[in-house]
Amino acid sequence: MTMVYAAPAADLPAPTPRQLAAPAGVGDKIFTRVTLLTGLIVLGVMAAVGLFLSIEASQALRSTGTSFLTTSEWFPDRNQFGIAAVLTGTVAIAVVAVGIALPLSMGTALFITQVAPPKLRSTLVSLVDLMAAVPSVLYGLWGLFFFQGQVIGVSRWISTWFSWIPIFRVTGAEPGSPLSNQTVFTASAFIAGVVVSLMVMPIQCSIMREVFSQVPIGEREGAYALGATRWGMIRIVALPFGRGGIIGGTMLGLGRALGETIAVLLIISPRFDINFHILEAGGNSVSTLIALRYKEATGFGLSALMAAGLALFALTLVVNFTASAFVARSRSGASSEA
Amino acid sequence: MTDLMDRQDAPERSAPTVVIDRNAPRPLLTQSRRALGGLRRDDLLTIGGAAVSAVCTALLLFGRVAPAAGAFGFVLVAYGLFVITYALLVWLRDERPAVVDKVMAVLLGSAAVVAFVALFSVIFFTLWRGRAALGYANLYYRDMSEALPTDPLSAGGIGHAILGTLIMISLAIVLTVPLGLTCAVFLNETGSRAAGIVRTIVDAMTALPSILAGLFIFATWILILGFERSGLAAAISISIMMLPIIIRSADVVLRLVPGNLREASAALGAPQWRSVRHVVLPTARSGLATAVILGVARGLGETAPILLTAGFTATYNTNPLNGPMVSLPLATFDFVQSPQPALIARGFATGAVLMVVVLILFAIARFIGGRPAGSVSKRQARRLAARSARDVQRFDERHMEAS
Repeated sequence: MTMVYAAPAADLPAPTPRQLAAPAGVGDKIFTRVTLLTGLIVLGVMAAVGLFLSIEASQALRSTGTSFLTTSEWFPDRNQFGIAAVLTGTVAIAVVAVGIALPLSMGTALFITQVAPPKLRSTLVSLVDLMAAVPSVLYGLWGLFFFQGQVIGVSRWISTWFSWIPIFRVTGAEPGSPLSNQTVFTASAFIAGVVVSLMVMPIQCSIMREVFSQVPIGEREGAYALGATRWGMIRIVALPFGRGGIIGGTMLGLGRALGETIAVLLIISPRFDINFHILEAGGNSVSTLIALRYKEATGFGLSALMAAGLALFALTLVVNFTASAFVARSRSGASSEA
Repeated sequence: MTDLMDRQDAPERSAPTVVIDRNAPRPLLTQSRRALGGLRRDDLLTIGGAAVSAVCTALLLFGRVAPAAGAFGFVLVAYGLFVITYALLVWLRDERPAVVDKVMAVLLGSAAVVAFVALFSVIFFTLWRGRAALGYANLYYRDMSEALPTDPLSAGGIGHAILGTLIMISLAIVLTVPLGLTCAVFLNETGSRAAGIVRTIVDAMTALPSILAGLFIFATWILILGFERSGLAAAISISIMMLPIIIRSADVVLRLVPGNLREASAALGAPQWRSVRHVVLPTARSGLATAVILGVARGLGETAPILLTAGFTATYNTNPLNGPMVSLPLATFDFVQSPQPALIARGFATGAVLMVVVLILFAIARFIGGRPAGSVSKRQARRLAARSARDVQRFDERHMEAS
């Protein structure tokens, strides 16, 4: 707000703009430098991890070339190794996990924000956060010792009735024979995926809940005023509003599912062939491979593991950045009172 | 009310006028407040009836459609039947949109129920399977050096793993908390263009699979630099996992500090470091505590990086620089892979101890973080009031001296 006065007397010096920024004191100089240094240290450490992985991996990648992507065996000493099997295994587990976690987390997020009585809400939010804080090894224990025994019957049922869908086929299963071997269904990508879905679900749920809770109250009440039922309001207002959050949250969960190690390691029995039959015993993932093989790896073997790890990291990185782009571009946070 | 009466009068203007005696007792027109939401008895009965009918039908059908599918299969079949029965019951009375609405409400609610049942099932299963070993006091202070795998639960313990976890997490806290919080301050307060790059990299690092953090430390610290596997190596590897988590959540919390507080502080003539030290950080204190505690909870539960970097030992090791060290999640992982029932029971007990630690941390985080930025407890308010009174006194004294 500038005020204009009458023309100043001619003999006054022409006004010059005031210096607005005060010179930083010693304390501030030190403060700025220290925080900048910390930022750079963090940047350095984080960049070092990525760079080191790439440099170490390059040795293995150079010696195999593109066959790294197409080979499914893992014999670094014979220079015959690739991530075709482990990467597809990782993706299979992650897809099962997200496929189960997506409806669960979306339902829970909608229930917490739109359906549950307000008094219950903070308790439910705490429970979801608690689910995220439970260590993954405990989910692994639960999956291995408890859930596997419960779910085998369902695996068998699906494979009996739906084996005409290729991914549900199980070799070695004899439908109809009640005495057929149960072990063909254990340690499968499906079971690992279900357990990982429990770890992924709270991450997805908290992001979706955040977005759904920002649904503009005016639009919600507008929908009700036009006679919408609660589900009608959710379908017409909440879901379109939260689309970015749903996609972003799902992909963040996918990133976590791709990298999960210990629960998968406990449950799955490793195998090195491309296996899309998710109900069948055995599977593999990149992180399981690293956890199993790092000990006996020689220098070159370690480089090969690094290359596999780098491929996984590249995948999770792409997934994560896509996710944050979706979350940032969604309408959530933007006010819509118009 | 008047509206209603007007409308009744409106159609027939020529109707004979009704004289209402002013003194006659008025008809009681009390209305009870309508409940807009919530469950009525009717809804509960419908849901209950559908559930009972579904369970009975499932019992009937179970042997035929899903032979030997186990208890879990039974629950699935019963649930499917429940949804169908409920939809039918509602459909008897209501219109299509209302049917869809009610069925969807039940579906959303059951998603939440499934999630929480899974959570409690994980917690109680761990406690239940570990209950035998949890009762022995020696579990908490003995180590496994003299216990054979076949020994009963009265021998050996996980004291070494508890101590190892405490040492590792303390080291990781020392490494990550000052670095993480200062970096969050950098991103929000002093950061220039560099802040954008750092933020992007930190975001990228939250995508780092935990096993790769372990592999990185294994390849650099242990193989290239030649140190042996130790508690310190494990602490560094979990620090790499915790650092992005702490920075990211602290960054979010600091962003929520109202800008006018910073400006007010600057207008009072405070240099920036004083504004941060006395205004921004105290305002965000509870949120920052939550960020740190959640990061620590995550670090406590990490198994994969420790598997690669800490080695494994059955004895107490108090020196994080030297010799292998074991942590609770790693001990759990190791115990349950053994075929011995006693070791598996110990593994579950170890997992239960780990879970109790995480639950306690989580409860503390909830307790501190439940308050919005800037709100103070009664005791803090009293302390602030006292400090303010002292300031007033000091100013008065100065005025007296000056005059």
